[in-house]
Amino acid sequence: MNRFLLPLGLFVLLAAVLAIGIRHSPEKGVIASPLIGKPAPQFALPSLTDPARVVRSEELHGHWYLFNVWGTWCVECRAEHDMLLQVGRAGVLPLIGLDWKDDDAQALAWLAQLGNPYQAVAVDRSGRTAIDWGVYGAPETFLVNPQGIVVYKHVGALTPETWARDILPRVSAVAATRS
Amino acid sequence: MLPELGHFALILALLLAALQAFFGIAGAAFGRERWIAAVTPAVAGQAVMVATAVACLIASFVSDDFSVAYVAENSNTALPLFYRVTALWGAHEGSLLLWILLLAGWTVAVAFASGRLPRPFAARVLGVLGVVSLGFLLFTLATSNPFMRLDPPAPDGRDLNPILQDPGLAVHPPILYTGYVGFAVAFAFACAAMLEGRLDQNWARWTRPWTTIAWAFLTCGIALGSFWAYYELGWGGFWFWDPVENASFMPWLVGTALVHSLAVTDKRGLFKSWTLLLAILAFSLSMLGTFLVRSGVLVSVHSFAADPARGIFILAFLIVMVGGALCLYAWRAPLLKSTAGFELGARESFLLFNNVLLVIAAGTVFAGTLAPLISDALKLGTLSVGPPYFNPTFMLSMLPLLALLSVGIHASWKRGRLGEQQRMLLYTFVAAAVLACGLTFGLYHGGRILTPVGATLGVWIILSSLVDPIDRWRRGLSLPRAVLGMTVAHIGLALAVIALTTVQSFTLERDVALAPGASARVGDYEFRFGGVQAVEGPNYSAMRGTLIVSEHGAQVAEMRPEKRQYWVQHQVTSETAIKMHHGNNLLLALGEDLGAGRWSVRIQIRPLVSLVWLAALVMAIGGALAASDRRYRTAGAAVVTGDTLIARRPG
Repeated sequence: MNRFLLPLGLFVLLAAVLAIGIRHSPEKGVIASPLIGKPAPQFALPSLTDPARVVRSEELHGHWYLFNVWGTWCVECRAEHDMLLQVGRAGVLPLIGLDWKDDDAQALAWLAQLGNPYQAVAVDRSGRTAIDWGVYGAPETFLVNPQGIVVYKHVGALTPETWARDILPRVSAVAATRS
Repeated sequence: MLPELGHFALILALLLAALQAFFGIAGAAFGRERWIAAVTPAVAGQAVMVATAVACLIASFVSDDFSVAYVAENSNTALPLFYRVTALWGAHEGSLLLWILLLAGWTVAVAFASGRLPRPFAARVLGVLGVVSLGFLLFTLATSNPFMRLDPPAPDGRDLNPILQDPGLAVHPPILYTGYVGFAVAFAFACAAMLEGRLDQNWARWTRPWTTIAWAFLTCGIALGSFWAYYELGWGGFWFWDPVENASFMPWLVGTALVHSLAVTDKRGLFKSWTLLLAILAFSLSMLGTFLVRSGVLVSVHSFAADPARGIFILAFLIVMVGGALCLYAWRAPLLKSTAGFELGARESFLLFNNVLLVIAAGTVFAGTLAPLISDALKLGTLSVGPPYFNPTFMLSMLPLLALLSVGIHASWKRGRLGEQQRMLLYTFVAAAVLACGLTFGLYHGGRILTPVGATLGVWIILSSLVDPIDRWRRGLSLPRAVLGMTVAHIGLALAVIALTTVQSFTLERDVALAPGASARVGDYEFRFGGVQAVEGPNYSAMRGTLIVSEHGAQVAEMRPEKRQYWVQHQVTSETAIKMHHGNNLLLALGEDLGAGRWSVRIQIRPLVSLVWLAALVMAIGGALAASDRRYRTAGAAVVTGDTLIARRPG
């Protein structure tokens, strides 16, 4: 054993620690939401498609729903849209949109051009509702249960994997135990 | 079309890097002259390809090509042209591309200057640089391609992160990265020497200027980063011991040790294996810094988007490069024998203390930076390490370092007696203590014990550094650039110490709520609030406050801190207003709207804080002067021809 091996030994140790650190980081990368397990924040906002209507959070009680925060200024949202259309077509649960700090005309044009997967779109021009929900950046998606409790939050574009792994099992497991 | 061209150029660069690595290392190992001859063209070709890729990406930014995902994420039609160009390094993918471009630049410079080196040795150096470049190109193409397209294109971009829309930050990454990447050259020289199994004083002489230039850039880069954090983040500090800052500071500390250890290897042929180890460490820490910042292993205020896949790749690359170099070290370093000795008290022993203390300092920073990670990995709970740990531990190794500096520069090589110098050192020390204590108590009325101690050591370093140059000047002797550079760098360090200890002790800070027309007193200054008005920028709207600053009834300045809201990312940034007045740095940051025209304002008065950055600049200038010494440019060729290195040259 010579002393010139010492740096190598220390480095191997460090590499092991970093390797363990990296294995832990995926969970760390997700910004944990303090909302999980808590009631979804209340809101009453004008509807994008029908300005005379008001979208209220109370109306959504009694169903599972996905709450999706988006905006036309958001590139990721554009990438996410096809996935949202699939979710809308699947019809497992309603999709409620929150159009965050956006221009109404642009948002309507976006939905007309790309298709509208949302059952209702609430307009949050001031960004107050997004703050209530603890939104860091669009897109973000929340899964809310029939009791109005937030059970899951996804940061970034919704992917088929998240849908199949994190969302669908939660919704169908409950449905299965009930039947 | 352009993004595809850039992507293709990057792939070609990868192939050329592979050729450069193979022909450089294998050519020298098997003694194939024609393989060695292929190395320089590969270097040139790679540089051209990388430059093409960068040009393509810049063109995509300038022309608002939002079909490129990276452009769409980091630019916007409203973004001013200057920031569209600097947005290139606004996020992960482009920063890597910048890394690669700078590495290509350094490699070309080494290839240009390699005429003075023995051909097989130069080939090995370029080969090792090729391996480094290969790793980064592979990383970029595999996990972080900046040329990915969006289909369909985004109607407009998401804009550059507003806190990066600032001239200071725009130039900071290239300078910092030039320093980081520059240590790759020292690393390559070390690996080449180990591959060759031979290291002599010539080796140190070739390596020194490269290392010193890289060190000077890193010094500038760190200072710019600190300056940016001071005026842009608006938290009113210039150093936070944040993981990202530490990531740049650790290679700097080890690089400083390397610069000094190389001097001993150059002058006396000692510390050979130690110098090699430092050269490996300095670059390893640069790469580790990249790993820590990019992989999301550590959470930091500066963090870019984290991606575990990238982390795994960097870790693998780190294991190959650093692990490989350390294996080589374990194998070859025992062969390096130094015959010369030195007495305790000789300059060598002072430089040894310097090295040990700097490495200890780097070690404490390292431990503090990684402690949260280790405690997390071992499931000991979340741990947060901050200034209460870093400040005292760092000072513990820095104070002896500073105290030994003045003596060390007057010690002679090999012999341990100080002789006549002793009296001079005593006089300068007494003069420094009187001057420093007089100034600190006279100007600032007391303060913590740290300030007179720090100021005394700082002034002592300045005085004792000047003795030798003044003596030479009086006797009409010329002053070699290397000595001049060393003196300037040491004075820079002393200025930094004086500034830091003063700022630490005498900063005034207050958060006040002001209605229009109301005023607040902090220290000798009075701040009268003139209210807030709305202003519009090219891609943001802002609230701008006006404050009239006066001292003893006389107006000294009108300051306008802003709070900006960027349109696209909806991010609010604080544009602090900064004003220098009689050595005091006044900083104002606009806080929250408290209603009825009242606003909260943060007022800070920091004495000498600008001197911290100025001192870093002085250090960097010292480094540049030292690196430009004639000795490094002319001595090499003459000595090399008669050197034994040639004996191993395969025929």
